[in-house]
Amino acid sequence: MIKILRYPLQALNYTLFMLLIWYFSTAPPYRQLQPDQAVITVAFSHAGKRVEECRKLSQQELARLPPNMRAPLDCPRERSPVTVKLLLDGKPLLEEVARAPGLYSDLGVDIYRSAKVSAGKHTLAVQMNDNVRVKGPTYTDEEAVTLKPTQLLVVNFNSETGKFIIK
Amino acid sequence: MLSGTPGSRGLANNDTRHYAAREIDTVNKRVNPIKRSYLLLERWFSFSFGPDWNPLYHLGTLTFFFFWIVLVSGLYLFIFFNTSIHGAYTSVEYMTRQQWYAGGIMRSLHRYASDAAVVTILLHMFREFALDRYRGFRWWSWFTGVPTLWFVITLGITGYWLVWDELGLYVATLSARLMDSLPVMSGSMARDFLAGRLTDRLFTLMGFLHLLGQPILLIFALWIHVKRLSHVGISAPRGLAVGSFLALLTTSLLAPATSHGPADLSRVPAVLNLDWFYLNVYPLLDKWPPDQVWILTTGITLLLMLMPWLPPKKTGSAAEVHLDQCNGCGQCAEDCPFDAISVQARTDGERWENEVVVNPVLCAACGICVGSCHSSNPFRHARKTLETGIDMPDFPIDEVRTRTHAALAGLKGDTRIILFGCDNAVDIKEFQSQDVAVLSLYCTGMIPPTLVEYAQRHGADGVFITGCRTGDCYYRLGNAWLDQRLEGGRKPVLRQRAKRDRITVYRAAETDTARLRRKLAEFQHDIATLKQEEPVSND
Repeated sequence: MIKILRYPLQALNYTLFMLLIWYFSTAPPYRQLQPDQAVITVAFSHAGKRVEECRKLSQQELARLPPNMRAPLDCPRERSPVTVKLLLDGKPLLEEVARAPGLYSDLGVDIYRSAKVSAGKHTLAVQMNDNVRVKGPTYTDEEAVTLKPTQLLVVNFNSETGKFIIK
Repeated sequence: MLSGTPGSRGLANNDTRHYAAREIDTVNKRVNPIKRSYLLLERWFSFSFGPDWNPLYHLGTLTFFFFWIVLVSGLYLFIFFNTSIHGAYTSVEYMTRQQWYAGGIMRSLHRYASDAAVVTILLHMFREFALDRYRGFRWWSWFTGVPTLWFVITLGITGYWLVWDELGLYVATLSARLMDSLPVMSGSMARDFLAGRLTDRLFTLMGFLHLLGQPILLIFALWIHVKRLSHVGISAPRGLAVGSFLALLTTSLLAPATSHGPADLSRVPAVLNLDWFYLNVYPLLDKWPPDQVWILTTGITLLLMLMPWLPPKKTGSAAEVHLDQCNGCGQCAEDCPFDAISVQARTDGERWENEVVVNPVLCAACGICVGSCHSSNPFRHARKTLETGIDMPDFPIDEVRTRTHAALAGLKGDTRIILFGCDNAVDIKEFQSQDVAVLSLYCTGMIPPTLVEYAQRHGADGVFITGCRTGDCYYRLGNAWLDQRLEGGRKPVLRQRAKRDRITVYRAAETDTARLRRKLAEFQHDIATLKQEEPVSND
């Protein structure tokens, strides 16, 4: 084959290659939300209550311990799992049960969950239980929210004040 | 066994059985549909670019070339890039809009060259798979190459992050969710991307990772990847490099890379123009929890990495050094494509300074070293077993000579041709006829030039050598070394007394049988014409 005739073929090959590169570098578009949808994300850190309450040691029990280990309280390390439920207009939206991490299940949990919802006016209820010794939610909140399309609404929790922050 | 053939005394019976089994293996080989399709594609590119510029023969060097473009364009972008939450997007927009003629083009080159690198890497992997070049002695390159792809992908991911547009926020948030799901991570990185929590510190860290940390890791991974190869080429042929650059530049001018809208922590963009070469895993996170995505990607990666043993490939015995025939010249070490031979100080007290040593773990049993050895001259030891400095235990040079001799002795036609082939190209058995003798070797690089001359002296009117396609030697360098030996540019060279006009080399893949048949017929015709023209001799 005459070498000069190769150049148009090479140009064709380069064109096809670059068309492939150009197209898949931005297309096909990925739709993660419908135009009338918004997202509610529940995200916070919180340590659940201890599974068992601290117990005050008796004088006899303290005397049996080495002097350097005579702490007046015996506190089991394991913490309760944290359960979060979101209800939108009274219907369950999402539920997350986060077990306490760590070798002794004694660390705080990090919760990050999202749900897509339709935009508009809603009533958002949040329920959280962080104590296995209590049945039902230990913290609750309910707010009327108006969601714009593509808005991200974050449900946070302040462990110090014990209050949810929805914004 | 033919009586009177050289070397017949040295051939043991068990050796004969072994060689026969090898012959059956090569006769029964079939070309699977994947390989057949791929070889067709390669032929198309050889037709368009010529074998020297065939991009499918240079996928590794092309990837390096794209990395160079990424590096140079990235350095330029870094000059104008602001590594802060508030400055990143505007600095990228400045380069894209106001400085479109320089920064904009550099940004587009940066993106398109990165994407092209992923394509060439994937093609490189597919090629090695389709041509069965990932198992056996090649396991190392495959095993280390698979995770290298992930280094490239993660480098691209942090690059998209840095633009800090809606896509950057999307990538950052989902990457953080992936990281958070790992049991070794404490705290939640994903929460940092919610309104009011993000600081410049994380952004500086990502900048450091993308600009320095990840590139260094990638270079290290690439070094590991080619560790078992010698004569590694990292420069693409100039013509291919120029063509690829012009293609990238044209695309950058016609369709410049642009950003999404600025990252807005209070919004979730409905539609994203993902770069599917780098971000294809992310949409999965919409459907699956992060730990399942990890299981999927890790599982696929491990499966790919373990492919060389699913099942393993049988390879022949490693080359053996015969010190009594070796003068330690080191040519075999220089020629070995897989760095399996090294030169060390002499240990047997002979007068030579050095000797060579084979590392059997690295040896591909290609036989190229046998062709390199000056002692593989078949004119030596005419009345006894031909011994050479380095030899293949399963198919020694003495057996090559014996078979050459026997094959030529069996020819009855007027124009007697010997066809040397290799086990990884066209199956040459079917070309055997009354005037064509055939001998398939591990690689045509196994042919010492003196064997060609030997064949001519023992009745061959013409010597036809075929093997893997030009630029695509199964053992990497066998084609190149043979060409250089025949042309006199590499030791051992073809001696002047050989009849050069009666030697031809035509290379053909397994699917090129018809082309080879045509070329062989042409060669037979040429040799017949030469014979008619030559003066009648009484010898």
